Amino acid sequence: MAQLEQFSYDNKIVRNFGLAAAVFGIIGMLVGLWMALELVFPSLNLGLPWTTFGRIRPLHTNAVIFAFVGNGIFMGVYYSLQRLTKARMFSDLLSNIHFWLWQAIILAAAVTLPLGITSSWEYAELEWPIDLAITIAWVIFGINMFGTIIKRRENHLYVAIWFYIATWITVALLHIVKNLELPVTLWKSYGVFSGVQDALVQWWYGHNAVAFFLTTPYLGLMYYFLPKAANRPVYSYRLSIIHFWALIFIYIWAGPHHLLYTSLPDWAQSLGSVFSIMLIAPSWGGMLNGLLTLRGAWDRVRQDPILKFMVVAVTAYGMSTFEGPMLSIKSFNAITHYTDWTIAHVHVGALGWNGLLTFGMLYWLIPRIYNTKLYSVKSANIHFWISTLGILFYAIPLYWAGLTQSLMWKEFTPDGYLKYKLFLETVTQIIPMYAIRAFGGLLFFSGLFLMVWNLVKTMASGKLVADESAEAPAKVAYVKHKGEHWHRWIERRPVQMLILSLIVVAIGGAVEFLPMWTIDSNVPKISTVKPYTALELEGRDIYVREGCVGCHSQMIRPFRSETERYGDYSKSGEFVYDRPFLWGSKRTGPDLQKEGASKLKKSDGWHYNHMLEPVSMSPGSIMPTYPWLHEDDLNTSSTKAKIAALRKLGTPYPEGYEDTIAEEMALQAQTIAENLRKEGIEQEGVETKEIVALIAYLQRLGVDYQVDKQANK
Amino acid sequence: MKVIFFLILASLVVAIGFLTAFIWAVKDGQFDDDYTPSVRILFDDKKPESKES
Repeated sequence: MAQLEQFSYDNKIVRNFGLAAAVFGIIGMLVGLWMALELVFPSLNLGLPWTTFGRIRPLHTNAVIFAFVGNGIFMGVYYSLQRLTKARMFSDLLSNIHFWLWQAIILAAAVTLPLGITSSWEYAELEWPIDLAITIAWVIFGINMFGTIIKRRENHLYVAIWFYIATWITVALLHIVKNLELPVTLWKSYGVFSGVQDALVQWWYGHNAVAFFLTTPYLGLMYYFLPKAANRPVYSYRLSIIHFWALIFIYIWAGPHHLLYTSLPDWAQSLGSVFSIMLIAPSWGGMLNGLLTLRGAWDRVRQDPILKFMVVAVTAYGMSTFEGPMLSIKSFNAITHYTDWTIAHVHVGALGWNGLLTFGMLYWLIPRIYNTKLYSVKSANIHFWISTLGILFYAIPLYWAGLTQSLMWKEFTPDGYLKYKLFLETVTQIIPMYAIRAFGGLLFFSGLFLMVWNLVKTMASGKLVADESAEAPAKVAYVKHKGEHWHRWIERRPVQMLILSLIVVAIGGAVEFLPMWTIDSNVPKISTVKPYTALELEGRDIYVREGCVGCHSQMIRPFRSETERYGDYSKSGEFVYDRPFLWGSKRTGPDLQKEGASKLKKSDGWHYNHMLEPVSMSPGSIMPTYPWLHEDDLNTSSTKAKIAALRKLGTPYPEGYEDTIAEEMALQAQTIAENLRKEGIEQEGVETKEIVALIAYLQRLGVDYQVDKQANK
Repeated sequence: MKVIFFLILASLVVAIGFLTAFIWAVKDGQFDDDYTPSVRILFDDKKPESKES
């Protein structure tokens, strides 16, 4: 019989991550609420750069995903992993470094994103210095986690731990591949991939960020906290094992479903579709396993708010994982993509699954580590009801809005013309839905305060058990038996196994990185598509900085309703010099891929006035105003470095082009300034302002392709 | 579209990693018992006495 060992669990780190999750939940959702209101009352953009929709959208998504849910993951993992392995965390020091570094990263994000420092890749917007910090924090978390697993006293790895391991490995890989970028300055870099390749890497990453940051860790947490809260074993442990392995094998292939009907090769789209549809099986297996855990305990669900939170969380998981495969079917996607349906879909997952499960965990765990009882069960019940109602008021109007707008985009008159020629008409139609959505967000948001108040009261009524004593038998030493498999040896030597796996990963890494050097943009080229001029490039970087991609796509799908409205559908060859790609995933405004060409072409003066005061050109527009573009001088201090960096990445700028750009930029700016003057816009020194660069970029969009078409006539 | 080979390769590396982990887990006997682990996690709250409470 093994000897009983005395040790203690670290509860303080759990408390710290829990508090951080609550605080950043409030901040992240406040920003979300603010954005929702901006769509109804555009004046809330305040005419300031730092508060416009385009800049705070990534702030909201990053805060909710990496600050709220991220801290929630760490809280749950640090609590459950210690108990599942019957061991204290590997190193208190690493735990603390992990905690503070993660909060510092969040702070850096909160400063840089409103400043417009962004790569514009969804959920990977942070610039390269912060990417490096994230890598370090993740490695520290990994060492701490694997260290704990290695020194565990319990030989069996409970299914939750498998989910944590898969999360760690996959997020590490995704983060590194997605953020392969060439720094230009401290706060600007260009990605290694361009155009359609960049898009594929983006959604390989983006989809798996949802899969392995918002889903797998939370499934692990569900498998721990739901049985604990219900005090009964999970419905089928066997099903949980099947669930885990099936899920992680299928998830990683599903990314291209974000790119259906785009310029991505068809077979890649189909691959994404097929795997996405297959995903429903493991996802629903997990959901049913969670719900069935409560069989025979539904009477307790009626009374216990914690179980209520968890039940609705698991149900929301089931809903969004049903919806996901549906949205991955091409004909369904053709209707929902680029509309608010997508926004509703992610929020059923984020508010329902991640939000409610986090709340349930907090209500369950805080009283335990404070050795007391939840201060007010009634308040928790009220919180449950207003957040559930909040989700309904959030999602249903957006489904409605998405469907309405999509049908309006696609509607033709009997004569064969677009019925709603003005894109704006399809936006003003759904603004009431945006208002109801903001109300739903407000409900959900106000519930948070109830929770924080309740938890603070709970904490005050108890005392933190920082080091919770525990005892467990030492891990039984392995006894060698006959006919033992060779790798049993290595399994008993965790350090050697770590080294071996590092070698394996390194070889894998080398194999992965080798193709990098040979990747050229071997997408079908269009000879007339040329790199951007220096001024257009600067304009494009302003477009990226302001987050225009948050509302404007640059991807015309091959539907008659889109080619009628925007011009010929987009070809992959048109994007070869786009770093980053700017296809977008939501149209709150019209597509801009051929903005400078075809029927969409507007005058320089139109753009000038429109950026200054959108309603002056499009009455009723909800686009923010951008007055600072007209006041601020274009910063050209890093233009040369940008050109050099892009050339290094394969953009065919001729050698020595840097030395001629000052002249060329001045000339192009002069031409635009003259056009403006012709239209009666007299602004002293307008040629040096940022607006001129932006106009240059917008007027370039689609032009090269038009040239090609005319040449081939 | 060479990047797709790169991504498939990267995904395969992960998938093979997981496959190895799966085989290891099966061989290690991690899944021999598919009932008691689910019950065992419910019984870890009995603590001898708290140092600080």
